[in-house]
Amino acid sequence: MGKLKKIYSKSFLGLSAFFFILFSTFPFYWMLIATFKRDHDLFSPNNNPFLFNEPATIKHLSELLFNTLFLKYMFNTFWVGTVVVVITLIIAVPAAYCLSRWSGKTGENLGIGIFLTYLVPPTLLFIPLSRIISFFGLHESLGALILIYPTFTIPFCTWLLMGFFKSIPKDIEEQAMIDGCSRLGAMIKIIFPLSISGILTVIVFTFTLTMHEFIYALSFISVSAHKTISVGVPTELVRGDVFRWGPLMAGALIPSIPVAILYTFFLDRFISGFTMGAVK
Amino acid sequence: MAQVEIRNVSKSFGDVKVVDNVNIFIKEGEFLVLLGPSGCGKTTLLRMIAGLEDITSGEIWIGGKVVNNTSPKERNIAMVFQSYALYPHMSVFENIQFPLKNQRMNKEKIREKVEWAAGMFGIEKLLNRKPRQLSGGERQRVAIARAMVRSPNVFLLDEPLSNLDAKLRASAREELQQFQEKVGITTIYVTHDQIEAMGLGDHIAVMSKGKVHQIGTPKEVYNNPADTFVASFMGSPPMNLIEKDDSILGFRPENFVPIDMLNADEGIETLEFFVTWFEDLGSDSLVYGNVKFQSSSSQKHVVSRLQSRANIKIEKGKTYTFAIKRQDLRFFDVKTGYKKNAH
Ligand SMILES: Nc1ncnc2c1ncn2[C@@H]1O[C@H](COP(=O)(O)OP(=O)(O)OP(=O)(O)O)[C@@H](O)[C@H]1O
Ligand SMILES: [Mg+2]
Repeated sequence: MGKLKKIYSKSFLGLSAFFFILFSTFPFYWMLIATFKRDHDLFSPNNNPFLFNEPATIKHLSELLFNTLFLKYMFNTFWVGTVVVVITLIIAVPAAYCLSRWSGKTGENLGIGIFLTYLVPPTLLFIPLSRIISFFGLHESLGALILIYPTFTIPFCTWLLMGFFKSIPKDIEEQAMIDGCSRLGAMIKIIFPLSISGILTVIVFTFTLTMHEFIYALSFISVSAHKTISVGVPTELVRGDVFRWGPLMAGALIPSIPVAILYTFFLDRFISGFTMGAVK
Repeated sequence: MAQVEIRNVSKSFGDVKVVDNVNIFIKEGEFLVLLGPSGCGKTTLLRMIAGLEDITSGEIWIGGKVVNNTSPKERNIAMVFQSYALYPHMSVFENIQFPLKNQRMNKEKIREKVEWAAGMFGIEKLLNRKPRQLSGGERQRVAIARAMVRSPNVFLLDEPLSNLDAKLRASAREELQQFQEKVGITTIYVTHDQIEAMGLGDHIAVMSKGKVHQIGTPKEVYNNPADTFVASFMGSPPMNLIEKDDSILGFRPENFVPIDMLNADEGIETLEFFVTWFEDLGSDSLVYGNVKFQSSSSQKHVVSRLQSRANIKIEKGKTYTFAIKRQDLRFFDVKTGYKKNAH
């Protein structure tokens, strides 16, 4: 009886894992075969859509890389992401540190207040923000995105880091001050190394957030050369109602690979980061 | 090395006064034990001396200077926290060397000192481990070693031995005391364990509810408690306190013995002792029971401690005549609880 139960529960676990893997890898598989299929293979209704019916081709890939501005989009995305990560860290780390060390409830309430601003949807904000952008003369430039993205990455990351900093006992920091560090020294030598997983989480999160941001990128940038991937791929590879599936899928696949690797690599830390923020 | 003076120091958290007008003078090289029940403000006082907590009012002097507004770093104090506060990302070696590194001591000297400190507390085999791989007692020893590698003005130790087993605690206590005597650095040692306090300090300061009740040598505090709180806190079991007329009468359990053990010429006070319970602890036995005064009808619960080798037969449910030497009796004021001068 017990044995049978064990087998049942094991096969149930295996089965659910199987479906889950299928569910999460299928989009990758679909992008992958669509990238390397010939057009005829892709569009012919008599073919099995899940397999290669004709020899593979790298035509779509080379078209994407050499006949479109895809590499430029990649570079733009990377550039915006990096700068936004740096800005976010510079502001969110000290902010979160202060809020987490604020005695009483004040720090926590302020932190929640800051987090709430993250929840205001961009669809509401892009109109007022566009006035600010034009005030600074940043229309049609990556500077617009670099200015705007921190408005949602900083609140979220501050809140996230607060959880990390709070989980570090105050005693350790005070001990460092007794042992001959200034407050800043204690922060650099003790707090930062201990919250490294939090900081990595923030980097990964900020980067992916800027990478897939769509609304602001769409509304503030229309010059092809300044587009990021999230806007460039769907706008430049879909002409009217013509979907160029091969390059489109290739354009979706390429940026998703590093993200997938990043998440797999940091997943444990990422999750612990989220739960640490959740538990007081 | 420095003397420490705590002058009229108070600390309030909001409306709650946690440390209340404390005055303590600690000579250079002295070992002071701060003793008091849990929550009486010992840690808070220590943190004020270390500079981790603002002082609400009063002054703290270290080495002849007011340090009220001096940062912990500048006070040059070594402290062992109640929670050990080891750096979790550093190995034991790195933990112990951390304060030395901040002083920019050269590498060889650091290694030498760390190994010496680790050897002294029996943790030399653990130097490469991380704190999470240590037991509570080992962590505590690392924390002590980290404080001892330095040559600070003052050592502040907040219940540093609470997590060691009895045997280790005794040996660590001895190590600590010998070490302190050798280096002669002023030390303030916090504990709520009165036995530890008796064994350790040059002086004991007994605290309760933020106030210092008595400062004195262990003997003074034990034999001549300043008030009923100190009397009932020191000793295990503590001093018997019974109300009689307008005073509270106090006597130690070990001084309360059958009448035939005392010489009546010395001046004794006799009491009829009705035994209700008897406990054999090996070397001693504790006899619990009630005494009755002629003047009042109420019964008072008291304890007697008898040495087992005195070989006295005591049975439950019987009444015996017990006595106390007059010189061992203490009198306290009923209202204030303060000690009265002997009659
Ligand atoms: N930051 C704080 N805010 C408010 N109250 C505090 C704070 N720190 C301590 N207290 C209160 O001050 C009192 C004394 O605390 P303290 O830690 O000094 O006690 P203690 O004598 O060290 O006790 P223990 O032996 O249990 O360590 C306690 O009642 C505690 O609740
Ligand atoms: Mg304490």
